[in-house]
Amino acid sequence: MKEPQTMDVEYAANLARIDLTVEEKKKFNGQLGDILQYFEKLKAVDVEGVEPMAHAFPRHNVWDEDESRAGFSAEEALSNAPAKRKDQVVVPKVIEE
Amino acid sequence: MSEIQYEAVIGLEVHVQAETRSKMFTRVARGFGEPPNTLTDPVVLGLPGALPVMNLEAIEKSIKVGLLLGCEIARVCKWDRKNYFYPDMPKNYQISQYDQPICLGGEVEIELEGETRAVMGPHRKVKLTRIHLEEDVGKLTHYENDSLVDYNRAGSPLLEIVSEPDLFSPDEVFAYLTSLRNSLVYAGISDCDMEKGQMRCDANVSVRPVGQKELGTKVELKNLNTISGVRNGVEYEIQRQTSVLREGGSLTQETRRWNPDQRYTTAMRSKEMAHDYRYFPDPDLMPVKIDDAWIERIREEIPEMPFDKQRRFIEQYGLPYSSTSPLCPDKELCDFFEATVARCKDPKKAANWIVNDLLRELSSAGDEEGPMPLGNAKMTPAHVAELVNLVEEGSISSNIAKEIFPETFATGKMPAQIVDEKGLKQTSDTGELETICSQVITDQPKAVEEFKGGKENAINALKGQVMKATRGQANPKLVDEILRELLSQ
Repeated sequence: MKEPQTMDVEYAANLARIDLTVEEKKKFNGQLGDILQYFEKLKAVDVEGVEPMAHAFPRHNVWDEDESRAGFSAEEALSNAPAKRKDQVVVPKVIEE
Repeated sequence: MSEIQYEAVIGLEVHVQAETRSKMFTRVARGFGEPPNTLTDPVVLGLPGALPVMNLEAIEKSIKVGLLLGCEIARVCKWDRKNYFYPDMPKNYQISQYDQPICLGGEVEIELEGETRAVMGPHRKVKLTRIHLEEDVGKLTHYENDSLVDYNRAGSPLLEIVSEPDLFSPDEVFAYLTSLRNSLVYAGISDCDMEKGQMRCDANVSVRPVGQKELGTKVELKNLNTISGVRNGVEYEIQRQTSVLREGGSLTQETRRWNPDQRYTTAMRSKEMAHDYRYFPDPDLMPVKIDDAWIERIREEIPEMPFDKQRRFIEQYGLPYSSTSPLCPDKELCDFFEATVARCKDPKKAANWIVNDLLRELSSAGDEEGPMPLGNAKMTPAHVAELVNLVEEGSISSNIAKEIFPETFATGKMPAQIVDEKGLKQTSDTGELETICSQVITDQPKAVEEFKGGKENAINALKGQVMKATRGQANPKLVDEILRELLSQ
């Protein structure tokens, strides 16, 4: 039996923009570790010669012709926005790039 | 000890919006300049339960771009989620292509400046790494205390064309973007208007001592909003990096922003944490399989590329380079030229009328948006061809032709009709011209004396009088002959 896997819960939480309490961090560390261990089990399967796939069904080329249709009105589009101005969503000023 | 010489190495990431009617993964309309947030639907806004469906036209256009740039077209490509939190993408991931892009390799032919504007400059092929298809993101406008988001652009099909670090000067960068834009416009992929955000460019710039094989520290340049802006920003950045190294400093791998008004670059706020996009295959989208038959069908739709057309025009019609350089970047103008040539005998003259007179008239008939589009002009290839033919046949002088060009352009009347209505037909009636010439010789004794005294130029004064008397309609060659004949008597 391998050592229990751990993951950097703090890092993952930060990426997901989730605030965790110390207790939660401890709890999720254990739970996520269990999940990672399950993947170790999967890794043990011999997949030599099997092509990687992203889907369970061998479907491809699912598309529409390029025909446009009307969308939301600005009012509808903004109906979930916590704050709006000039028909746009107001967000905190974040200049990243 | 001689100073170390540095050379620049530049790679470009160019984003181009593919012109489609609807968005990449949903059929709401795609467009520019619409009221904010009206080109939106549940997929664009990432509402719960909304599912993406590919746009066939966007895939076909991507294959077309790959073919015209000589890429290898992937037989299978797939979609990945690029995860990040930023308000420009409400579902917190952008659908893109990570490890299986639609096009691999390829090259962009560029032309550098020649010795003079009349001479073709050297050509070179710049290598591409890959081209992938993704969805565009929303547009943020920053205000004093907050930012506003418009999702109209979000979800539009966007091609990312990535070059190898295979450009070595700001001029090459300029030539690359110009050539890429011309080719994409030719093939109907996009208008590539940088001011409308249809084409955007980031540049990776580094410098290294000449002779060194390894690349120097890379700086990513952003906010390069025009083709000239890219050239200027890259030029500044090369100089900045070179001076830092010359002064014994070292460079940091960072992202810098070009400030076009003050003309310098500044480091952008460094990110608290390196990006970790956690790419994974999008479970909502099936892969794309592309077979030979499909590729061949699209290959047939690819028009002749601008540089190929230019070489053909020079060879087939004997056009001087200086006529082809304003003509060939514009496919519509080239088609106009070839339709004109089909109706007249002198391709060089036809090209002259088009690149000088027609372009001038289109420009003065334009507005702040730019010149009048050729398609809106009343002038057709038949008009230009008739004008060329009238001069060629000797029916009108080239001066008269120059004079009636603006009227033909403005009214759409055929040149021959204007010539008839205004009685502008060139006089080649020898008898009538002889009478006028004799009269001029009698009236201008001074010029006659000068000419006879050996002042060759004096004949021009006499010719001028004849042209005046005939309101410009005399055949100048004939006038010259008659005057010399009469003066030698």
